[in-house]
Amino acid sequence: MNFDDTPEEAKFRAEVRAWIDANAPKHLDEMLSTSTMGRSNIDPEAFRAESKAWQKKKQEAGWACMQWPTEFGGRGATPIERVIWSQEEGHYGILSGIFLIGQGMCGPTMMGFATKEQNEELLPRLASGEDIWCQMFSEPSAGSDLAGLRTRAEKDGDEWVINGQKIWTSGAHYCDWGILLTRTDPTVAKHKGLTMFFVDMKSPGIEVRPIKQVNGNSDFNEVFFTDLRVSDAQRLGDVGQGWIVALTTLMNERLAIGGGMATGFPELLSFVQGLDFDGTPAIKDGAVRERLADWHVLSAGLKHTSSRMISALSKGETPGPEASIGKLVAGSLMQEISLYAAELQEQTGAIIDTETAPFGGRFQAMMLRSPATRIEGGTDEILRNIIAERVLGLPADVRVDKDVAFKDVPKGA
Amino acid sequence: MEFDFNEDQKMLRDTARKFLEAECAPDKVRAILDDDSKTYDEGLYAKLVEMGFTGAAIPEEFGGLGLGYLELCVIAEELGRALAPVPFASSIFLAAEALLIAGSDAQKAAWLPKLVSGEAIGTLAMSEGNGVPSARNTDTRLEGGKVNGVKAVVPDGASANLIVALVRTSSGDSAKSLSLALVDASSGVTATSQHTVDPSRKMADLSFDGASAELLGGEGEGLSLLEQILDRAAVLTAFEQLGGATRALEMGVDYAKERFAFGRQIGSYQAIKHMLADMYVSQELARSNAYYGAWALSTDAAELPLAAATARVSGTQAFQHCSKNNIQTHGGMGFTWEVDAHLYYRRSNHLALTLGSLRQWKDKLATQLEKQNQAA
Ligand SMILES: Cc1cc2nc3c(=O)[nH]c(=O)nc-3n(C[C@H](O)[C@H](O)[C@H](O)COP(=O)(O)OP(=O)(O)OC[C@H]3O[C@@H](n4cnc5c(N)ncnc54)[C@H](O)[C@@H]3O)c2cc1C
Repeated sequence: MNFDDTPEEAKFRAEVRAWIDANAPKHLDEMLSTSTMGRSNIDPEAFRAESKAWQKKKQEAGWACMQWPTEFGGRGATPIERVIWSQEEGHYGILSGIFLIGQGMCGPTMMGFATKEQNEELLPRLASGEDIWCQMFSEPSAGSDLAGLRTRAEKDGDEWVINGQKIWTSGAHYCDWGILLTRTDPTVAKHKGLTMFFVDMKSPGIEVRPIKQVNGNSDFNEVFFTDLRVSDAQRLGDVGQGWIVALTTLMNERLAIGGGMATGFPELLSFVQGLDFDGTPAIKDGAVRERLADWHVLSAGLKHTSSRMISALSKGETPGPEASIGKLVAGSLMQEISLYAAELQEQTGAIIDTETAPFGGRFQAMMLRSPATRIEGGTDEILRNIIAERVLGLPADVRVDKDVAFKDVPKGA
Repeated sequence: MEFDFNEDQKMLRDTARKFLEAECAPDKVRAILDDDSKTYDEGLYAKLVEMGFTGAAIPEEFGGLGLGYLELCVIAEELGRALAPVPFASSIFLAAEALLIAGSDAQKAAWLPKLVSGEAIGTLAMSEGNGVPSARNTDTRLEGGKVNGVKAVVPDGASANLIVALVRTSSGDSAKSLSLALVDASSGVTATSQHTVDPSRKMADLSFDGASAELLGGEGEGLSLLEQILDRAAVLTAFEQLGGATRALEMGVDYAKERFAFGRQIGSYQAIKHMLADMYVSQELARSNAYYGAWALSTDAAELPLAAATARVSGTQAFQHCSKNNIQTHGGMGFTWEVDAHLYYRRSNHLALTLGSLRQWKDKLATQLEKQNQAA
C-alpha cells in the first residue's frame, strides 16, 4: 500500500510537470483559482478564447486527448498517464471544460463508428480545440428515459430528413459539430428504432436557442431541426443500432465524469477557519465541528476511492461501475456545504455578486449550480438504480414499455 | 500508486475468510450470545492463535510473526465480517498495542508472547462512568505498586489477565496527574459482568482492590499515550466495522432478491433498491477511509491522527447504517432473534460505543482539521 509512482510514472510526471511549468497560461492563475462551478470573473467568450489557445498549445506539443491514437491528434497514452496529466494540469484543466463532451464522448463514439477518412478529417480539429462538439441526446420528453426520444429521421434517397427537437444541449450555441440520436422506426420497441448521426451545427435546418439557467448562465440550449438534411454517410452504426452506439457514448461519459469531483469541502474548511461568531472562532463551535467532521468523512472517502480507482488503472485494470458513487456523493455534498456556508454568512450569505459577497461569492455559485450536478449525466435516482442493478445485482425496475412498439408506449404531456 | 492490499495480503484475506466461514458460522456467535456464563469462544480463539493471526503485527522477538499492520487490518476485516466472539480486539488492538507503544523491554518480553499465544488475554480499562476519560473523572489510583478503584464496562473485562488501566498517579485536575498502569489481574481484581447490547462480546466492571501494577510508559503521560493507542485501535476497529458492514449489506441484497411482495421481488422496488445502493455507498466510502488509515498506520505517517479519526467515524457510520437497514429490508423477520440480522446490529452498536463515541471522534477529527489547515 503506497502512493508512489512507478519509475516510468515518475519519469512521465516529471516530463509533464516541466512542460506545464514552461507553457501554462499563468496570467490566468488568479481567475482559475477562484473560479467556482462555471462562475468566473471573465466573460464566456473571452474564456472560450483562452480555452482554445491552451488546447492548441497542448495539441501542438502532443499533450491533447491523451488516450486517443496519434493519427487523430492524440497521444496514444495509457489511462494512468492521462490521470497523471490531469493531476499535474491542476486548475488549468478548468479551461478544457468546453471540450469535455466532444473529446470525452463524441470523439470515442466517432472512432467506434465513423470511417477512417471522416475521423482523419474531423478528429484532429476536435483534439486541437479548433472545433467544439456537442451531444444531442436529451429531448423534452426523453432524459432519464433517453430511448423515449421522438426526433424523427426519414430516409430520402441517400439522405436523411430530420425533424424534431433536442433540449439541454450543452454548448450547442458555440459548437461546430454534434452527434445526434434520432428515431428512425416508431413501429418497433423503443430501443430498437434509433439511429445515430453526426451533423454540422452550421447546417441549414438547425436552430439553436440558449436556455437561461437557475444560475443565470446560458450553458445549455434547445436545438430545433426543421427538414435538416444529413447524408447517409454521416450515419454512425447501422440503422436501428443507435442505442448500442449511444451506450458507447454514455460509457465514456461515466469515465470522463468519474474522477476527482469537486465537493466544496476545502473551501468550507478554509472559510470556517477565518470566521468568528462574536469573537469566538467558528471552528470551536460544536455544531460547526460536527458538520466539518461528517463532511470530511465524505470528501476524504471520495478522494481515497478515486485513489483506489487510479491504482486499478495503474495495474491495467478497468474500474467498474463503482465510479458512479463519485457524482452521487459529490453532488449533494456540494449542495449541502454551500447552503451551510451561506447560513454561516447570515444575511450577507444572500449576496451573489463576486465583489461584495463573502468569500468571493463562491458558495453562492455552488448553491446555484450544484442542483445541476445531481441531474446532468444521470440523475441521483438513476445512479442509485445503476448501483443497485449493476453493482449489487438487484432486479431491474418493472417496465411497462418493454416489448411495446414505441408508437404505443404511454406518454405524458 | 498502489493504494490497495498486495497479492499476499489478499491471499491472507481469502485464507482468513475461508477459515472463519468454517470455524465461526453464526451458530458459534450465538453460542456466546445466548449464554451468560461464557465470556468468549475459547476453542475459536485457540485456533486463531494457531493460524498466527494474533501475532501478525507483533515482532518476532516477542513471539509474533512480524508481518505488519496491513496484514492485521486484513484479519480485522474478516473477524468483523464473521462477528468473531473472541477478545481479539481487546487483547491485540488495545493491550498489545499499548505495550508496543509504551512498554519497557522487560514488560514487552513478559507479556507480548503470552498475548500472542493466548495464554493471557489483555484489555484496556479507561473510563469510570460517563464522559470522555479525564483527570476530573478518574479516581482509580496507582500507589506503591498497587491499584485501587473501579473501571466501568470494560470490554472482555471478565476474561482479562492483563489490564492496561488509566490511573491517577498524583492529585489534581491536570492531565499530568494521569498515567497508564499495567495491572496483573491474577489477584485483587473483581469482575462484575454487565448485560450489554451485544452479549457476543462481553463487558464487565472491574474493581481493583490492591492489585499489583506497574507504570506503563512515563508518569503523567497517561492521556497522551491513550490517544496514541486509540488512534491505532481505531484504524483496526474500522476494518472490523467494515467487514461487518459489508456482510450486512450482502445479507440485505440476498434477501431482497429472494423475498416477494405484491407479485415481485422486493429488490425490484426502488425504496429498497435505493436504500441498498446508499448502504453500498457508505460501505465503499468506509472502505476507502479505512484503507487510508491502514496506510497511515503501516507507515507511521504524521497523518495518522486525522486518518484514524476519519476511518473511525466512517466505519462506525457505515456499520450502523448497513446493519439497521439490513433489518429494515428483512421486515418482521428482521426483528426476530432467529434471523442473524440483529447480530450485526448489536455488534455495530457495541463497536460504536467502545473506544469512544462518534461524538468524541468527530471532535477529534475536527481538531485535526484545525491543525491541518493551520499548517497549510
Ligand atoms: C447542466 C446540464 C447539462 C446537460 N447537458 C446535456 C447535453 O449536453 N446533452 C444532452 O443530451 N443532455 C444534457 N443534459 C440533460 C440530462 O442528461 C437530463 O436532464 C437528465 O438525464 C435527466 O433527464 P430529464 O431532465 O428529462 O429529467 P426526467 O428524466 O424527467 O427526470 C425527472 C425526475 O424523475 C426521476 N426519474 C426519472 N426516471 C426515473 C426512474 N426510472 N426511476 C426513478 N426516478 C426517475 C429523475 O431522477 C428526476 O428526479 C444536461 C442536463 C443538465 C442539468
